[in-house]
Amino acid sequence: MNTPLFKYGAFGDETSLVVAFVIGIGFGFFLERAGFGSARKLVSQFYLNDLAVFKVMFTAIVTAMLGVTYLAWMGVLDLSLVYLTPTYLWPGVVGGLVLGAGFVVGGYCPGTSVASMATGRLDGLAFVLGLPVGALAFAELFPLLRGFYESGYFGVQTLPVVLGLPHGVVVFLVVLIAVGGFSGASRLEKRFGGAK
Amino acid sequence: MASTGEIVHTTGPGTGEGAQALERTAAEPYMNPYLAGIGLGLVLLAAFVIMGRGLGASGAVNSLVAWMVSLVAPAHAQSNGFLAEYVGDGSTHPLKAWLVFEVLGVFVGGLLSGLLAHRAALVVEKGPRVSAGTRLLMAFLGGAIMAFGAALARGCTSGQALTGGAMLNAGSWATMMAIFGGAYAVAWLMRWQWR
Repeated sequence: MNTPLFKYGAFGDETSLVVAFVIGIGFGFFLERAGFGSARKLVSQFYLNDLAVFKVMFTAIVTAMLGVTYLAWMGVLDLSLVYLTPTYLWPGVVGGLVLGAGFVVGGYCPGTSVASMATGRLDGLAFVLGLPVGALAFAELFPLLRGFYESGYFGVQTLPVVLGLPHGVVVFLVVLIAVGGFSGASRLEKRFGGAK
Repeated sequence: MASTGEIVHTTGPGTGEGAQALERTAAEPYMNPYLAGIGLGLVLLAAFVIMGRGLGASGAVNSLVAWMVSLVAPAHAQSNGFLAEYVGDGSTHPLKAWLVFEVLGVFVGGLLSGLLAHRAALVVEKGPRVSAGTRLLMAFLGGAIMAFGAALARGCTSGQALTGGAMLNAGSWATMMAIFGGAYAVAWLMRWQWR
C-alpha cells in the first residue's frame, strides 16, 4: 500500500471533503474529551495550575511523529508527499507571539473555539465570531504587511536538516523532551495547582 | 481556582465541585490527557496517511472571509494578495475547501463528545471576578487577535504547532515556541479575567 492515499490517487477531490469532515469529527471529539472546549481549562496552562494543554499537545505530536516515522521506515508512507508549510521565520515568530497573546485574551485557539461553541460555550461563540474580523483586518492590511509576511524565507525546512542530525535522532530527542516535559509539568501542577 | 457560584465545570478528574446548575446529570471528568493526546495524535496520523496533510482551523476562517468579501466586492477579493489564494480561480466555490469541511467536522465531533459526557450547556466560561459581558467581549477580541496572528504565521495551533510539530517542520517549531512565549508574556496582564 502506498500512502498518502490521496496523493496516490486513491480518491478524488470530492471524496477528500468527506474525509475532511470525518477527520474533523475525530479532531473535535478528542479536543472536547481533553477538556479543550473549556477556556478555563485551556488558560490554566498559562497559570501553571493545569498543564493538560502541554501534555495533550505533546502526546499528540509524539504519537503522530512516531507513526509517520515508522510508516516511512516501513516504506508505506512517502514523507516527501506530506505537505509542509514553508518556513518564513519572522512572520512565523511574530505571528506566533500574537497567537499566544490572543490565546490568553480570548481563552481559546481557532480549533478549540469551534469545539467549545459546539458544547454551548457562549464565550466560544464570541471567539468564533471574532475570527473573521481578525482575518479580514489582516487581508485589508495585507498590502502594507506583504513585505514582512514574505520575510525570513528559508523554504521547507525540517529540524533534522536545520540541526544537521539524522531524522531518527531528532525523533528520539523530541520524545526525550516530551517525557522530561511531562514530568516537569506534573511537578509544576503540584506546586501551583492549589485547590484544583 | 475555587468556583464561586459561577457556572463552572470540573476542570479535571477527581473534582466534583463544578456547579451543574443547568444540567440534570453531572458532567463527567475529562479524559486522561495522555490518552486524549494519543487519540488526537492518531487522528493527525490518519490525516497524514490518508490525505498527505495535517489538521488546521484558521485556514477555514480565511476561506470564509474570502468568500464573504467576494460576495460584496468580487474585484477587491481577487486583487487582494492574501484573499485571492482562498477565492481561487472561480472554478470552485471558496467554501468548497478541505479545511472548511474539516472544521464542520470539529463542530460535530465536539458536540458529540460534549453530549456523551453531559458537558453541553449554555454557559460563559470565565474567572470569578469578571462579568459575562466583559468576558464575551474579550473572547471576541481574542478571536480577532488570533485570526490575525494565524494569518501572519501561516497557521494556528492546529496547522503550525500540532501538525508542523509532528512533522518536525522547523518553522512550525519556531511558531509553536512563540505561541507559548506570547501566552506566558501576557498571562500576568490577563489574570483578572481568569483568576
